Amino acid sequence: MKNKNLKKTDVIFSCCVSGNEKFPILAGAIKKDPDLIIDEIIESGLKGRGGAGFPTGLKWKFAAMNRSLEKYVVCNADEGEPGTFKDREILLKVPEKVFAGMAICGQVIGAKKGYIYLRGEYLFMVPKLYEILDIFHAGITELGYDFHISILQGSGAYVCGEETALIESMEGKRGEARNKPPYPVADGFRNKPTIINNVETFVNVAMIQKYGVAAFKKLGTQDSQGSKVFSVSGDTPNPGVYELELGMKLSDFVDEFGDGDTKAVQVGGASGFCVPRRHFEETIIGFEGIPTGGSMMLFNSSRSMYNVLSNYLDFFADESCGQCTPCRVGCQQLTVGMKAIKNGEKDADYLNDLLKLADAMKITSKCGLGQSVANAFSSIVNNFKEEMIY
Amino acid sequence: MNPKINLTIDGINVTVEAGTTILDAAKSISIKIPTLCYHPDLCVAGNCRVCVVEQEGVRNLLASCAVPASDGMIIRTNSLKVRTARKAVIELLLSEHNSECTKCYKNGTCELQTLAAEYKITDTTYVNLVPYHHYTIDNFSPSIIKDDSKCIRCQRCVRTCEQLQSVSALSVAYRGEHMKISTFMEKPMYDVVCTNCGQCVNRCPVGALVEKSYIDQVWDAIYDPNKHVVVQTAPAVRIALGEDLGLPHGEIVTGKMVAALKRLGFNAVLDTDFTADLTIMEEGTELLTRLSQALVDKDPNVALPMMTSCSPGWIKFIEHQFPQLLPNLSTCKSPQQMFGALAKTYYPQKRNLDPKNIVSVSIMPCTAKKFEADRPEMRDSGYKDVDYVLTTRELAVMIKQAGLHFDQLPEELFDSIMGQSTGAAVIFGATGGVMEAAIRTAYEIVTGREVPFDNLDIMPVRGMEGVKEASLAIEGALPEWDFLEGATLNVAIAHGLVNANRVMERVASGQCSYHFIEIMACPGGCLGGGGQPIPTNAEIREKRKEAIYREDSGMPLRKSHENPEVAAIYAEFLGKPLGHKSHELLHTHYVDRSEN
Repeated sequence: MKNKNLKKTDVIFSCCVSGNEKFPILAGAIKKDPDLIIDEIIESGLKGRGGAGFPTGLKWKFAAMNRSLEKYVVCNADEGEPGTFKDREILLKVPEKVFAGMAICGQVIGAKKGYIYLRGEYLFMVPKLYEILDIFHAGITELGYDFHISILQGSGAYVCGEETALIESMEGKRGEARNKPPYPVADGFRNKPTIINNVETFVNVAMIQKYGVAAFKKLGTQDSQGSKVFSVSGDTPNPGVYELELGMKLSDFVDEFGDGDTKAVQVGGASGFCVPRRHFEETIIGFEGIPTGGSMMLFNSSRSMYNVLSNYLDFFADESCGQCTPCRVGCQQLTVGMKAIKNGEKDADYLNDLLKLADAMKITSKCGLGQSVANAFSSIVNNFKEEMIY
Repeated sequence: MNPKINLTIDGINVTVEAGTTILDAAKSISIKIPTLCYHPDLCVAGNCRVCVVEQEGVRNLLASCAVPASDGMIIRTNSLKVRTARKAVIELLLSEHNSECTKCYKNGTCELQTLAAEYKITDTTYVNLVPYHHYTIDNFSPSIIKDDSKCIRCQRCVRTCEQLQSVSALSVAYRGEHMKISTFMEKPMYDVVCTNCGQCVNRCPVGALVEKSYIDQVWDAIYDPNKHVVVQTAPAVRIALGEDLGLPHGEIVTGKMVAALKRLGFNAVLDTDFTADLTIMEEGTELLTRLSQALVDKDPNVALPMMTSCSPGWIKFIEHQFPQLLPNLSTCKSPQQMFGALAKTYYPQKRNLDPKNIVSVSIMPCTAKKFEADRPEMRDSGYKDVDYVLTTRELAVMIKQAGLHFDQLPEELFDSIMGQSTGAAVIFGATGGVMEAAIRTAYEIVTGREVPFDNLDIMPVRGMEGVKEASLAIEGALPEWDFLEGATLNVAIAHGLVNANRVMERVASGQCSYHFIEIMACPGGCLGGGGQPIPTNAEIREKRKEAIYREDSGMPLRKSHENPEVAAIYAEFLGKPLGHKSHELLHTHYVDRSEN
């Protein structure tokens, strides 16, 4: 790392499954009182790594408190956010840690079944994952612990990364978000309490169990504890997957990964925010600033932000499940509206109507997909207005 | 009893039971929140987002139809934030919707139009998206027209077809901007498992699903001096028609309806009730014959339980879903088709008319009747037995077109012949009614005595439970029916195809001991038919039901076999129930449609 302020770590990918000691984390965890594990995760400050950032310990506590005899653990590996490819790397390199995190969750909440909802495009991983799962299952049986993980494949719909659409898809239905409440912790897969966490979140749980809460809390900042795996792409000489401590300044990140001509960074993928160069210095990547599921896309001055936005909008118009009005129609209106302004069919003032529409979509859409379209739309339009019009 | 929840809506404190939605909580204090995808008969979808409200301290708005009230909530239903967002949602819906309202069949009865009018949407902000979509209109079905350019994707139809009817002919296809309500492989409705029941039509808030209208053809026939136009009216029309003409739910308008039809210019205003009574004679005899074959002749091939065949939506359902049970169906045509066959044989013979000049029109609470009239089997008179089927709604339109002040019309009587009715025929319009009418007659045939129920009201077969069961012990049978002495007749009644499906699964698995089953495709029976006035809900259907039984108890004749015109037609024309002529005109066969 040439930038001294950027703290690279190696927790997620570090190998912890060695030699005779195949399941050290799990063996330790199953001896523990589940309530203690919950307290530890709450104490660690771990927040969901998928992007929304719900406190993991709290989520687990809700599920654990539910007295249903049937509960489920689901690993959300439907990594569909544009610019995100870190879960793929995690599942390829350290799947045991994911399995371990899921098994710990099963023990904590009282679930015997876990599912990995795997992105359709990750079909190639399945044989390998099952191979490792076989070993894993044999190992936990040896430990005298009852937990079984299966893999379910998505079919390529972005919306199925939304947890309730994911559940619908798991149940063999059309991937459409459910009404909330009830939340999956109370009424999820097969209407039973269900924990759905991102791939990386499960790994973090396993690592907290291995290294302890204090070690975890040493990483990151007060509001954003721990490290985060980033998917770096775009105009960078060093695209790839990097684990960094949370709470960094965007300027430090650009200093490390930019090509010297970075004009904007899209933080958090198409559903995230676009930060222009003039705000790099004051932007913190973390829950106190801009949270991200890991996607960091860099754009240099050769890029048209209009094209970037159009690309996102086409993506959303296509990937909206189509059930709710603001998302289905709103995405189409933003798409055709931007073109109409560019072509001169609508005057520049129409941008304000579209910004208001994006705001309305944010507060009226049924699920996170439609609610987050405004993030990219408004941040790009507001920061690059001239590019949108001329 | 559920615990109580206290919340504040628009500054008013309200206490509701836990589990009550914000929408219902608001309704309880007379605050109306607009809705589109919400329908009281269906599960909550929460997808149109028109009913959004603001909760203090929460960034996102809540879909009030989907979110239960919780303690301490402070809700605003008409804040700036809500109004702005709701208006945006309505404008978005309009931008994707073919808004040529003046050319729309639902002009004046469209919920989206009403909402746009309430919000005075005079100039939409957004781009008209209709040209971007390749919308199609499916008008191949004789019953239902599906126009995707009007669809607002609320999925009421999808939920209706799945939850109420267990048919799932309509489902959601594609996603995002291409998302649409479609059929299997996007085939026309005509070519899929659709039963034509029209429950989707009854619940579509816009003009995306409407009945195929034959109003103009009927006017043409009326205006044609060479045609003799006879009209029959189904039992359930007379207790619902008033709703579309400004009268309250559950008003009996039989006399006014007859007067209106006469003023519209029909040459003879007759009654499907007449053939409903005839159906009881034929079907009752058929049931007793089957029982005799099973019990006396010990014929193992007799198909029992026997099932009613009055409801064409049900017929198409069983043809698709349970073809192995087709032999169990009564071979009786529905009252509409019995009427049609007689309207071009018996009727012209008695009235000295040429059957080729007769145009036979029926007014039905039903869209499937349009399909039924079109079936190739329904031409036993040598002509198309029923030329045009109009729904209750279409009749109301004709009455309005003719400028009649319906509520001020005098009460008039049906013409004769084929215009006489009994209470037994009237109750065909409610779930359990055919069963009750059949029992009133069959019991009397077998025992020579009236059914042992106060005032002939067979309460166990009445009511709105999805599946009803009843047993009737037969004692004191007449000598020719002594094989039934001491027997217990087990019957079942189901309405709504989801309930029919439940009963059929039991029958198909051999787990039941029924002898006779009545099935009506629509919730509540014909009174809740797909061709009835919109809207429908449990409360409205209850009022229509009460009206039907009120009409029945007010009739001088309450048993089908006492209908003098029925006696006359057997004496003059048909001979006897299940006789040769009956077989030719009043009975039919069914088609295994499981392959398509």
